[in-house]
Amino acid sequence: MSLELNDTLQGVVDGLSSNYSEDLIEVYQSCDHTYIRTEAENIVELCKYLKEKHHFIFLCDILGTDRYTSDERFEVIYNMMNLRSRDRLFIKIRVEEENPVVKTVTPIWKAAGWYEREVYDMFGIRFEGHPDHRRIFMPEDYEYFPLRKEFPLLGIPGSIELPNTTPDTE
Amino acid sequence: MKPTDINSKVKPLFFKEHQRGIYKSLEDKHTTIEEIDSEDPLNSKMILNMGPQHPATHGVLRLILQLRGELIEKTKIDIGYLHRGVEKIAENKTYQEFMPYTDRMDYLSPYSNNVALCLAVEKLAEVEVPERAQYIRMICSELARISSHLLWLGTMVMDAGAISFFIWTFREREKIYDIFDEVAGHRFTVSHSRIGGVANDFTDDAVARIKEFVETFPQELKDWHGLLDRNRIFIDRNKDVGIVKTEDALDIGATGPVLRAAGYAVDQRIITPYLRYDKVDFEIPTRLEGDNLARYFVRMEEMAESIKIIEQCFDKMPKGPIRTNNAKQAYPSKDEVYYSMEGMIHDFMMTDTGICPPAGKEVYHAVESPKGELGYFIQSDGTGHPWRLKINAPSFRNLQVLENILDGEMVADTVVIIGGIDPVMGEADK
Repeated sequence: MSLELNDTLQGVVDGLSSNYSEDLIEVYQSCDHTYIRTEAENIVELCKYLKEKHHFIFLCDILGTDRYTSDERFEVIYNMMNLRSRDRLFIKIRVEEENPVVKTVTPIWKAAGWYEREVYDMFGIRFEGHPDHRRIFMPEDYEYFPLRKEFPLLGIPGSIELPNTTPDTE
Repeated sequence: MKPTDINSKVKPLFFKEHQRGIYKSLEDKHTTIEEIDSEDPLNSKMILNMGPQHPATHGVLRLILQLRGELIEKTKIDIGYLHRGVEKIAENKTYQEFMPYTDRMDYLSPYSNNVALCLAVEKLAEVEVPERAQYIRMICSELARISSHLLWLGTMVMDAGAISFFIWTFREREKIYDIFDEVAGHRFTVSHSRIGGVANDFTDDAVARIKEFVETFPQELKDWHGLLDRNRIFIDRNKDVGIVKTEDALDIGATGPVLRAAGYAVDQRIITPYLRYDKVDFEIPTRLEGDNLARYFVRMEEMAESIKIIEQCFDKMPKGPIRTNNAKQAYPSKDEVYYSMEGMIHDFMMTDTGICPPAGKEVYHAVESPKGELGYFIQSDGTGHPWRLKINAPSFRNLQVLENILDGEMVADTVVIIGGIDPVMGEADK
């Protein structure tokens, strides 16, 4: 499939292929948006480059996906925006099932703090160097990661501890 | 005297690790509590838990504030009390079946959520939607925006101490509920927008009601401006309170009115126009101060802009069908279902498997909901239900801003600042 890129995104693809050619894996488009898949190691440098050189100053979201039964099971997708040219760009990296660790991008965008915590909470992907690495929706005592595909829809009975005494009514 | 850390004083009954984790995250060299501090003879240092269940915390939001006297030194926000696993549910439902769940996310403006999901799925499955349906969606989304802002206005002013205002904004909200009752058959969780169009057309009564509302509402807005704009108590409580600095707003991930009050005119209706927003004229209200008062002005002006958009929609709305004709993409009308075999089969097929977008396709579509950018990211595997559906919720992002701006404020202002940010926990916790 041929790519239809505007000036900004063409600049991004050219810039990445000349500076980070070893990291770049594929560039494709789906439903008007451009996705760039790269190696996970240099994600921090790459994001920094995109923010400083290509003005992607607004990080809208970070999300995880579970490619259950595939190699490199998890995917982390960074959804960022260039407010000057109003372009949206998605950067993707893939993470191994065993010991999934990614470097944090919180030094680049402060907004990443809660997004990364959410990815960790739902998929168990840890973010190295995160300043406040806790779960966000589930309690810290919870052992499972609910959005993984093998987690049952009805939940696991008894997995959340409930108070064993009736509360004090005074 | 003896310094003791906070964790030794916490005796959680359950979720032990979780509670300890929160207090640990509060802890640094400033937060170690000393038994009797020589500089603090009155023992004014304390940890205050606000919420989760208190009317002022807008649902089930828990704030853990570390105080020094009346000053907040550090804030941690604990969310997740309303987490219902909506994204997990979405993976196990067809696209149309998931629609009622979106109503219950941001339950103060259900229509915006419906439209956001519909647009994402339609983009993914390449469904053409008739012109009239687009305008109906626009009108209802703007009504939802007014409805949501009205609730914010009522509760925010109530948080600042005025009770009767709450009743007045609810009177106006009641009119919008009546409109939705007439349009969709439901007052609250409407589910009116459907994949491929909308459930049913405006009745004459509905059009008359909306037009009447559009005529009378600007006068109400003017009265409220008259009451609040120069009100000494209101200004003093909101000016220079909860400031999101312009240079920080993007960095912390603010969106919607919170971002616009800090000076960035980021509005999805302008940046990536959807529906027919490129065909109508409206402005994006912005302010530079980034404080609570700026957010008040931005939202008030947005309501006036919404009225303008609705008026233009009525001028431009053509007559015609309200749902796509392709029976493989949308539910057939009930007439067809009851009186033809094909209609019944199609209805069954839509309920059973629903629309099946091509495998391996991904889509992200964002709308400007009352709270900010509401985006749906969907990955399809070719079946009738999404492989992965991620909701980019504006309340979640704005709550992260709240965690950052509360530091250094007064305890008494906390409630007003929460009101100014306008979070909905149904959406933040998903």
